[in-house]
Amino acid sequence: MKAFAELLDRLSLTASRNAKLRLIRDHLASVPDPDRGWALAALTGGLTFKEAKANIIRRVVEERVDAELFRMSYDYVGDLAETVALIWPTLHGANREPEVSEVIEALTHAKRGEVYGLIENWLDALDADGRWALLKLVTGALRVGVSARLAWQAAADYGGVDVADIQEVWHGQEPPYVDMLAWLDGKGERPQVEAHGRFRPVMLAHPIDETTEMPRLNPVDFVAEWKWDGIRIQAVAEGDIRRLYSRTGEDISHAFPDVVEAMDFHGVIDGELIVLRDGQMGSFSDLQQRLNRKTVDAKRMAAYPAGIRAYDLLAEGDEDTRPLPFSERRARLEAFVAAIQSPHLDLSPLVQIEGWEELAELRANPPEGDARLAEGFMLKRHDSIYEAGRPKGPWFKWKRDPMLVDAVLMYAQRGHGKRSSFYSDFTFGVWTTDEVGQRVLTPVGKAYFGFTDEELKQLDKFVRNNTTDRFGPVRAVTATPEFGLVLEIAFEGLQRSTRHKSGIAMRFPRINRIRWDKPAGEADELGVLEGILIPTGT
Amino acid sequence: MATPETLAIMAVRYGSDFAQTAQSLEYGKRVNVNGVEVSLHPAGHVLGSAQVAARTKGITITASGDYKRRRDPTCTGFEPVPSDVFITEATFGLPVFRHPPDSHEIGKLIHSLQQFPERAHLVGAYALGKAQRVMMLLREAGYDETIYVHGALEKLNRLYESFGVDLGPWQTVSGVKSDFAGKVIIAPPSAIADRWSRRFPDPVSAFASGWMSVRARVRQRGVELPIILSDHADWDELTDTLTELNPTEVWITHGRDDALSRWAQLNGMTARALHLVGYDEEDDEPIEEAIE
Repeated sequence: MKAFAELLDRLSLTASRNAKLRLIRDHLASVPDPDRGWALAALTGGLTFKEAKANIIRRVVEERVDAELFRMSYDYVGDLAETVALIWPTLHGANREPEVSEVIEALTHAKRGEVYGLIENWLDALDADGRWALLKLVTGALRVGVSARLAWQAAADYGGVDVADIQEVWHGQEPPYVDMLAWLDGKGERPQVEAHGRFRPVMLAHPIDETTEMPRLNPVDFVAEWKWDGIRIQAVAEGDIRRLYSRTGEDISHAFPDVVEAMDFHGVIDGELIVLRDGQMGSFSDLQQRLNRKTVDAKRMAAYPAGIRAYDLLAEGDEDTRPLPFSERRARLEAFVAAIQSPHLDLSPLVQIEGWEELAELRANPPEGDARLAEGFMLKRHDSIYEAGRPKGPWFKWKRDPMLVDAVLMYAQRGHGKRSSFYSDFTFGVWTTDEVGQRVLTPVGKAYFGFTDEELKQLDKFVRNNTTDRFGPVRAVTATPEFGLVLEIAFEGLQRSTRHKSGIAMRFPRINRIRWDKPAGEADELGVLEGILIPTGT
Repeated sequence: MATPETLAIMAVRYGSDFAQTAQSLEYGKRVNVNGVEVSLHPAGHVLGSAQVAARTKGITITASGDYKRRRDPTCTGFEPVPSDVFITEATFGLPVFRHPPDSHEIGKLIHSLQQFPERAHLVGAYALGKAQRVMMLLREAGYDETIYVHGALEKLNRLYESFGVDLGPWQTVSGVKSDFAGKVIIAPPSAIADRWSRRFPDPVSAFASGWMSVRARVRQRGVELPIILSDHADWDELTDTLTELNPTEVWITHGRDDALSRWAQLNGMTARALHLVGYDEEDDEPIEEAIE
């Protein structure tokens, strides 16, 4: 448990992706089976224990600690698991510290009445870090800033294999992944991946460079599809198994029972998950009503029906179609989707390419309908096989140009990790008129990339030299019509938002240019943004 | 009136004319001040730190000042003084503050040095006492490389050495970025977030403080490697000391007097909070310390 506790502790405080990868990789290298595999299962969200709940933990601690002292402590610390971990009175001569595997084993088989005693004994045996890790583990809420994808990448680094290999093997394995880890150690064969319901690593596209790459490509070799503004998913229905995977291979079936029910086929579809009402696509903010949920109720499903817009077929029946050229997969996909006949599934139409200029014209002025909600085009070679990863050449994405707005820097916050000595997170605003007719700034977004290291130094200097107020790690800077720093912000879209004072939220904002030359008073007005709001659905 | 060590520290910090008159008093020696017998006793907080005991008409009142009970290689250990009234500090007077063993905490730093040998390890530590203690704990853990320190630490380090604390090889920071890969650099906490820290390669920001046991505090400061190390008594040390001394009355100053009062009450002691003006919860272990 000690090594696992240290791993969680470090991960929770480390911002750098590379450092996180190293921490997980080292853990896999230094901790024996089965504990390292259980750690991987915990990090990828693969462990849940029905009977271990926050109220049991509260009861356990109230038996041991004066209620008044506990209340004062909880008020101060602000987190139940952490308060319990810190306040638990150490019992000298307590039991041996449990291993991660013992905890998991015991909880898996524990009856409701037994959980209390187990947790109490373990708390006695562990130190504060260990208690914290234990409580995170048993309640299943790790929240250490590690995605399943990151954990797989670390495993891939450890074994010197491609992350796509890990993803492919993963869903045919059970925690604690002893066979997979033996293979990564170089001591065993690559585990079989023929299992039904497994995830197939996805093929991704490179952004295309219009000025250098595009003229060299022959439009005759390619076909275009609209790039839908949803989330990439993989729908797998094989035998009795039906699963909906995110593009990184996380199983998200539980949140989309309406889609899963419609997956009445035998095969694997690659497509976009969108809100689909009577064959019409909803906006991304509609889709957000369905994302990041553990469960969904009937009312929400009716208001925001989800569906798949299919664009590729990776398996038909038990036949792996990935080695076939795109044109052939596409022909099979059309017949496959037509046979299913479900309001939760349709086909992403092809756009024939007359020439790059004609396509550019279409990209700038899409026709009425769903195309207006597209982010641009996907370009796929007729002869492209389905390869995992991001191969250079067969597929490109050609996004619409971002929208731009000139905003004024209002606040800056210190970054983390490498950037902890820099003010690197910038909140910016545009002009509006307040109740008394005064021209004031209202914050519309926050950006923390888009600039070079050199520009970051200049921005940081500006913040330090023009600070008007401080709140913890945040500084307010001078921002008046007479003096302020104008930032040209690029973004992908706007949505209405009740959480923001300005009433709008930006998608993917970043700093496109620093307008040292532009007077702050000439930055844009809120009205400019309101003019380009995407209307939300019902 | 102070211990010789404290007077020396004050001279370094505030200049040799820091007071009009100064009276040096060694630990354990008694002097009579207007009919009250006064003596100083080791508090174990930092070099020269003292409790003050005052005796008159058969009553002894002892003010702990800042103190800790665990061993510290840079100063004399705390000496319990039997007292009728004990005035205790309570900086970490909440039962969530239980500082782990020093060797465990310094072990985290050593492990990180092995794990990230290309990164500088920047340790924020209060310049008086904490910085020197971190250095000594590293030495005890077998770390014998040169330790780099911020310029603000130089005079105090020399002073500690003049009182016989052997800090091993150290020097103030100078050199190019790559010189600091895998090295330990100790600096006042405020320097960590300052532009000063940009001279180091991809630094791991560590912070040696008792506040580091609470994650919200760690995150708030952007610390990547918290080292829970305090020169103040933790909850167990505070309550163990009260149990050991068992004074007729306990008076509690700066810190969480509410929680410690509650504990005293549960344990049948008479306690009262003094609510001294001018002390904030954190005044005593400065989270930010002005440099420049």
